[in-house]
Amino acid sequence: MSLINLTITQAHEGLKKKEFSALELCQAYLDKIKEKNKEIFAFLTVTDDLALSQAKKIDDLIAGGGEIPLLAGIPGAIKDVILVKDLKCTAGSKILENYIAPYSATVIEKLKTQGAIFLGKTNLDEFAMGSSTENSAFGPTKNPHDLSRVPGGSSGGSAAAVAANLCNFALGSDTGGSIRQPASFCGVVGLKPTYGAVSRYGLIAFASSLDQIGPIAKTVEDAKIVFDIIKGKDELDSTSVESNVEPQTLNVKSLRIGIPKECFIKGIDSEVEKLIKAAIKKYENAGAKILEVSLPHNAYALPAYYIISPAEASANLARYDGIKYGYSAKGKDLMEVYSKSKGEGFGAEVRRRIMLGTYVLSSGYYDAYYLKAQKVRTLIKNDFEKVFEKVDVLMTPVSPTPAFKIGEKIDDPLTMYLSDIFTVSINLAGLPALSLPVGFAGKLPVGLQIIGRPFEENKIFAIAELFEKL
Amino acid sequence: MISKKEVQHIAKLARLDLSQAEIEKYRKELSAILDYIEKLKKLEVAEIQPTSHPLKVENVMREDRENEKLKIKNEKLMELAPETKNGYVKVKSILK
Repeated sequence: MSLINLTITQAHEGLKKKEFSALELCQAYLDKIKEKNKEIFAFLTVTDDLALSQAKKIDDLIAGGGEIPLLAGIPGAIKDVILVKDLKCTAGSKILENYIAPYSATVIEKLKTQGAIFLGKTNLDEFAMGSSTENSAFGPTKNPHDLSRVPGGSSGGSAAAVAANLCNFALGSDTGGSIRQPASFCGVVGLKPTYGAVSRYGLIAFASSLDQIGPIAKTVEDAKIVFDIIKGKDELDSTSVESNVEPQTLNVKSLRIGIPKECFIKGIDSEVEKLIKAAIKKYENAGAKILEVSLPHNAYALPAYYIISPAEASANLARYDGIKYGYSAKGKDLMEVYSKSKGEGFGAEVRRRIMLGTYVLSSGYYDAYYLKAQKVRTLIKNDFEKVFEKVDVLMTPVSPTPAFKIGEKIDDPLTMYLSDIFTVSINLAGLPALSLPVGFAGKLPVGLQIIGRPFEENKIFAIAELFEKL
Repeated sequence: MISKKEVQHIAKLARLDLSQAEIEKYRKELSAILDYIEKLKKLEVAEIQPTSHPLKVENVMREDRENEKLKIKNEKLMELAPETKNGYVKVKSILK
């Protein structure tokens, strides 16, 4: 078996038994990146020197007979919206093209403490706004399963890198589906943790009440290993909380799975529907109880999301004004410096969302749009709380279709937004949800979304792992 | 459909410099998205409390002290600024 196919536990065992060195493991991924990144374009920056020097240190540690943590020497990739000290962090934007991170995100510090290796920074839709990675200012990432198709987005680079074995695991961020949808399109496992489970310190903000960092990996076990490292309360993020870490022993016979009836909507791809229903059937055959449930306000989740997320984004992105860092345009006065820096520095989708967010927050419209959306958010949250009295988890498709063609939806923002129809409500409610590969429509992977109660990631992992054994 | 004037007003509030062609483009696109968002009008929400945050956390306090661990060298941040002078960030004059 080639080194780049190993899971985290397999690679860890191999390193411990000195079957191969951390340097060899790291070099194997770097070679693969060299071979494949030109066509897939998963990485914006490859940090060969940093990765090799990190690997060397792990080898020294092993040679010295020291115990190594599970992630020591395991090469990962980081979405380019998460700061790694002294490395460029572009957010996929021209406005941060030359921005060097002056500090590291908390998740990076945690991975570093474990001895994880950083292979580089992955491509994304500009400021994580998009569902296809086509909004990157540096060019689109391709889906490794079909190069004419998108890898999903916004964490498309991270998902494609894991799928093409360009890294062992990756970090993504998810504001409305940005981990789960690309994981589904690329056939890998992706977790959007409960809001607050993982520190957002050092994550470039898009919509602060929705953003979460999470793992993308080849197996459920690997995703769980990475999640267990990065989670936890952080004094640098006052919205972070300590999660319940109870291990789960799953008794499938007492498992109740809810299927929202609103979810098999018109317009869902028939192959996707078939695969999702077959996956649910597998759980049923194993003894789980399948219950039809209702999320009556689900249809309002997408419009509410496209008020709340641009509103928060328009405030968060006001800081890129050409003064303290980032792209700065020349202007005759300060106002012109601001508006030209933003006008020239931001791409079309980012500008569109800033405009939308500014509009819904502007005087005279605030109550009709923003306040209304916040109230709808309460209704959506209540819907979930109600169904979770009756079921342990919910299952839905991650996306209504498999990966679409590059260019197919880029000129029609509204159609693009619809590919997030099953994922945005989870962010509005702050719930954890995982994308699990359950089969192929032709050669294109399809993901099942498993949604849990707040801080019940372990239950989701246990249920997802069960599928891998069914 | 929102008007050209409204788009210009929003762009000004957002401090975004847009070309005439872009104003026309965003007028159409924003109108389509706003039409879609209109769906929410059907819902009666007068009695519902708004949610601004998924967790019930309030007023997280901490001691007001410097965290040595987090100190970033001044020069490091100043290097990121487009224009500096004598250790300060330089901007265009505000007062005429």
